[in-house]
Amino acid sequence: MNTLWKLLPALLLAFAPVAGATVNVLACEPEWGALARELGGDKVSVYDATTAMQDPHRIQARPSLIARARSADLLVCTGAELEIGWLPILLRQSGNAAIQPGKPGYFEAAPLVRRLEIPTRLDRADGDIHPGGNPHIQLDPRNIAKVGVALAQRLSEIDRGNAAFYQARQKDFAQRWQSAMQRWETQAAPLKGIAIVSQHKAFPYLYDWLGLREVATLEPKPGVEPSSSHLAEVLAQLQQQPARMVIRAAYQDERPANWMSEKAKIPAVVLPFTVGGADHTDDLFGLFEVTISRLIAAASRDDAK
Amino acid sequence: MLQKSLTTCAVGLLLVTPALARANDSAELEKIRAEIQQLREGYETRIQALEAKLRETGAAADRAEESAQRAETAATQASTPPARANAFNPETSLILQGAYKDKKNLPNRHITGFLPTAGAPDNTRGFSADASELSLAANIDSWLRGYANLVFMDGSVEVEEAYFETLGLGKGFTLKGGRFRSGIGYQNEMHPHAWDFADNNLMYQALFGEGALQDGVQLKWLAPTELMVELGAEAGRGAAINNANQNGAASVNLFAHVGGDIGVSHAWRAGLSWMHAKVDHRSFSGNDLAAQPITGDFTGKSRIWLADFVYKWAPNGNASYNNFKLQGEYFHRTEHGSLACSDPLSPALCAGSGLDGGYRSAQSGFYLQGVYQFMPRWRGGLRYDQLYRGSADLNGSDIGNTISELADHDPHRSTAMLDFSPSEFSLFRLQYAHDQSMAGVTDRQITLQYILSLGAHGAHRF
Repeated sequence: MNTLWKLLPALLLAFAPVAGATVNVLACEPEWGALARELGGDKVSVYDATTAMQDPHRIQARPSLIARARSADLLVCTGAELEIGWLPILLRQSGNAAIQPGKPGYFEAAPLVRRLEIPTRLDRADGDIHPGGNPHIQLDPRNIAKVGVALAQRLSEIDRGNAAFYQARQKDFAQRWQSAMQRWETQAAPLKGIAIVSQHKAFPYLYDWLGLREVATLEPKPGVEPSSSHLAEVLAQLQQQPARMVIRAAYQDERPANWMSEKAKIPAVVLPFTVGGADHTDDLFGLFEVTISRLIAAASRDDAK
Repeated sequence: MLQKSLTTCAVGLLLVTPALARANDSAELEKIRAEIQQLREGYETRIQALEAKLRETGAAADRAEESAQRAETAATQASTPPARANAFNPETSLILQGAYKDKKNLPNRHITGFLPTAGAPDNTRGFSADASELSLAANIDSWLRGYANLVFMDGSVEVEEAYFETLGLGKGFTLKGGRFRSGIGYQNEMHPHAWDFADNNLMYQALFGEGALQDGVQLKWLAPTELMVELGAEAGRGAAINNANQNGAASVNLFAHVGGDIGVSHAWRAGLSWMHAKVDHRSFSGNDLAAQPITGDFTGKSRIWLADFVYKWAPNGNASYNNFKLQGEYFHRTEHGSLACSDPLSPALCAGSGLDGGYRSAQSGFYLQGVYQFMPRWRGGLRYDQLYRGSADLNGSDIGNTISELADHDPHRSTAMLDFSPSEFSLFRLQYAHDQSMAGVTDRQITLQYILSLGAHGAHRF
């Protein structure tokens, strides 16, 4: 009986409706969740569908996500087919008219920015390619700024009563972001033009911003696990044409990058990839601080040799 | 620039001031006044010119920013693939399946103790290119989405699913109509290419053949809670367990599913379903105890309770490297009505044979399976099937005494599989089964199977 009384609140909580006074935001990836928090403050309640330790291509439409989609007022996703393996099911099972594609409650970030690596031919033989270009747009802060403007606009549309609030927060965020961006660009200036290797094609926007040169990837094709024969090829290539570091995202297997690091005698760098991917990356500012400091640390370690 | 010029002028004025003090006669004063006047006019003109220049520069900067923005927008748009004329074509997906099977040749293959509902279990041996599935899907308009799944076999095409579904009716409601896989249980909504084993579990095989199809309508409601609570009701023909031709709904199904996460690494779903069907002349064939072939049909009522659960684990919720899935379902079915012997070829066999009469059964069973991905692309799995024949009476006495296929035997089977997926679009599987679903027969089955997916990237259910 005692246990029942103890369990009762937990049970009631489980059946409690999702918070209603604020705008319920379901963010497909943590970076958009963080952006929604920056812009919405206490007027939004944000739930991230994925974490930095998960591959956003490959999660499942879990019951918990279906339940969250049911009560969401706004869905904030990357688009460009990043979530094609699970989002369509989530949308169909949610029974939620507000967040269907084309409705104000459905927000995609990728169409707002200039996309890189748009394939010139579409063939599954080329691996996990996206017709709309590489979807990992979040690591160029200029993209974050652009998406921020549009997201604040969308929040104002959905929650008209607080439109001025969102616009004011956006202005404040944009200012802080602009000055942070200048700082990062100054810090990262020495990285310009250096050659690097990545495990997955997860960072083209970061490289485009900072001027890093990706000379090889450990995955033979996007989304295809690194094979030992391909790793040997990359190693041979690096002996001819050295790179300064090998980069992987926090959610990826550490073995291929570590192997390459050891064999090619270059540092292996783990980048958070998104908010929450490392310590001190609880918000977007932290994400970029940590990303840049890790790149600089690896580059200077390499210089010291 | 402007500030600098002003400073120059001010310095100029200061230099001129001492000269003023020294001047005594008015002519000189006048001259100096004129010079100052000249100087003032000079710098005013220059200031005006500079201001004009500044305005111009500002406007030019604005123009430059504007054209940069235009270029940026153009670049964003250019990186969007152009819409083509065929963009309205449905998403097309083709599933190719084939197998090599090594097993006993049992023309009379059946699940002992259970009246067959949808044909006999497959007895194909050797190489076969199984059913290929073609599915088409698209939004029909702003309200509806359409989906069709056609199965191609030698000489026939089967419409496995063909339904419409509302696109966010709102308030958590979804309405579906047409032919669809019923929402009961867990595995039922999965197409064979999404199964974790090369064949169906015995429970589904005994109850529905492949799965419970419904020609009818389904209404689902999702509760606005953090815990997923889904309630559904269906009314229709009940295609798999019935070949009814009657007005009204021959089959009514109710189901409830709840599910959620436990931390970031665990997810679960559990459900309870109830099916009720008015069965009209569901045919079967078998042998009597003297090994004489007989055919007949069942008319009556069938009620099924189903309980299902699935649990999934992936470290940090990242299923790419390792993951585990445990799934199980249990059923209890009661059927009562009458069996009719019908043998058009030799009606004499039926007359007075005792094959007609009241039929009543209460049967149950379950399956439990676990699949573990131990490294990227490789999975291994185990499954155990168990059916309980329970009671099955014809005219008050055990039907096993009349029809040999319905003998009192509890069918069971153990299965192990290993599969390899080079990519998410291809899968190759090796399976071994120790099958004792037929009384007195132990069939050791080896299956090699491939499942390939072409075309649109299908999203898979939980």
